[in-house]
Amino acid sequence: MDKLINDFSFGLFFWQALILVVLLVLLRKFAWKPILDSLNNREEGIKNALESAEEAKKEMQNLQADNERILNEARAERDGMLKEARQLKENMIADAKSEAQAEADKIVAQAQATIASEKKAAIAELKNQVAGLSVEIAEKMVRKELADKKKQLDLVDSMLGDVTLN
Amino acid sequence: MHRNLGTEFIHVMQKRTVVKILLIFTLVFNVANLFAKEPEKGDGGKVNTKSEIDAYIEHHLQDSHDFTLWSDGETGSHVGFPLPVILWDNGLKIFSSSKFHHRETVAQVGEDYYKLDHGKIYKTDAAGTINYDEHHHATNVKPLDFSITKNVVTMIIVGVLMLLMFGGLARSYKKGALPTGFGRVLEPLVIYVRDEIAIPNIGKDKYRKFMGFLLTVFFFIWILNLLGMTPLGVNVTGNIAITVCLALFTYFITQFSANKEYWKHIFWMPGVPVLMKIVLMPIEILGTLTKPFALLIRLFANITAGHVVIMSLIALIFVADNVYVMTPISLLLTIFISVIELLVAFLQAFIFTMLSALFIGLAVQDHDHH
Repeated sequence: MDKLINDFSFGLFFWQALILVVLLVLLRKFAWKPILDSLNNREEGIKNALESAEEAKKEMQNLQADNERILNEARAERDGMLKEARQLKENMIADAKSEAQAEADKIVAQAQATIASEKKAAIAELKNQVAGLSVEIAEKMVRKELADKKKQLDLVDSMLGDVTLN
Repeated sequence: MHRNLGTEFIHVMQKRTVVKILLIFTLVFNVANLFAKEPEKGDGGKVNTKSEIDAYIEHHLQDSHDFTLWSDGETGSHVGFPLPVILWDNGLKIFSSSKFHHRETVAQVGEDYYKLDHGKIYKTDAAGTINYDEHHHATNVKPLDFSITKNVVTMIIVGVLMLLMFGGLARSYKKGALPTGFGRVLEPLVIYVRDEIAIPNIGKDKYRKFMGFLLTVFFFIWILNLLGMTPLGVNVTGNIAITVCLALFTYFITQFSANKEYWKHIFWMPGVPVLMKIVLMPIEILGTLTKPFALLIRLFANITAGHVVIMSLIALIFVADNVYVMTPISLLLTIFISVIELLVAFLQAFIFTMLSALFIGLAVQDHDHH
């Protein structure tokens, strides 16, 4: 200890303190501050870059999910539209069919009605003619009866035979 | 992924470069050390007895008023250069250390005479008489010595070197985000000090303020330790005045940046009985002093011990009876110890900075957990 104290040089201590202070001041200004700042900036920059890359990745994923979703929606919509169209088509066909059926039925009914009425008319006319004919025959018969009783009777008989043949 | 591989590659390359540089340092300097030490036999004569070697090692460990690269003991010639001597002795006295003629003559400045004895300058009479007391301490007047000694010169060189290296690194960031050249080696070291020393000990919010001190001290000590391993023969960090100064800086920075809780814990420890508070107070106050004291002694003792061991191992060559047997043993041992010392050089810089950061961290931390 005695030797240590004896070895202690105040001059050296003084110079060391001076040099250290000067060195601290100069290095702080010209070296440490710019070095540490640059290191910090660089590290910040790297961190930011990594973060923004991560962000971009996330955004990309979001975008992809969005796209997927939109695509799915579009697909669903298309499917819906197609289904609707098919439904519509079927409905239309069914409607048309039923309408056509109804029309056809109507026409047939009308035709049947017309036929029926025509038939009726024809029958009525036939009846009229038959009646007319009968009246004529009766008239002729009456006339002949008036001429020859016997002959008249024969005529009536033969005519009646004709009538039944008719 | 590609970029990842790129940065990893750079990282590996940086590590490799550091390792390579360290290896080159070890080999070149230690081989040079061995060869350089041989002609550097002495300070006043041939060195080949045990006591002479002890004296020589002790002389080497001390600061010196001239920068002697080597000297030849037999012819008494010295190779090196003198340094300015600055004394405060009733006024400022500045003269060249060459006036001492390597401790052999008395330097006359005006009407005063000065003589160098064991690295200290004493005021003497014209004949250079130095009186000793019974403890073999010189009783002559010691003028205040502010000389630019070998250690001061070394520190200035290291300071300039650091300004150039780290100033260069700082400038290289202006050209791009990544440093080039030697900056590639320095940058990981700066990041190491920040991420492994400052942030874990001081905390993420407060470390920035102390980075300047920690980085400066770390590289200052490390480079000085490494220079101590070169054949220049400087021993700066193994000098008690240097380590005292460094530790005092840590001490004052710690005390001045300490917050209220820190002082409260020293003077009036919370959570203990009043009697204990009174007992603890002097212990805590002493504790603030023992912390930097441990710092200064640890650095001083480690570096000094390393120098002593290396020089003693080299000296084996000169005390051995059979030089041909001893030389390879000495060489091997010296290289082995030098590699360890290289580690110690880093370790001591690391420990000093680490403990400084720890003490600062203790002083500024928030005691939320209490």
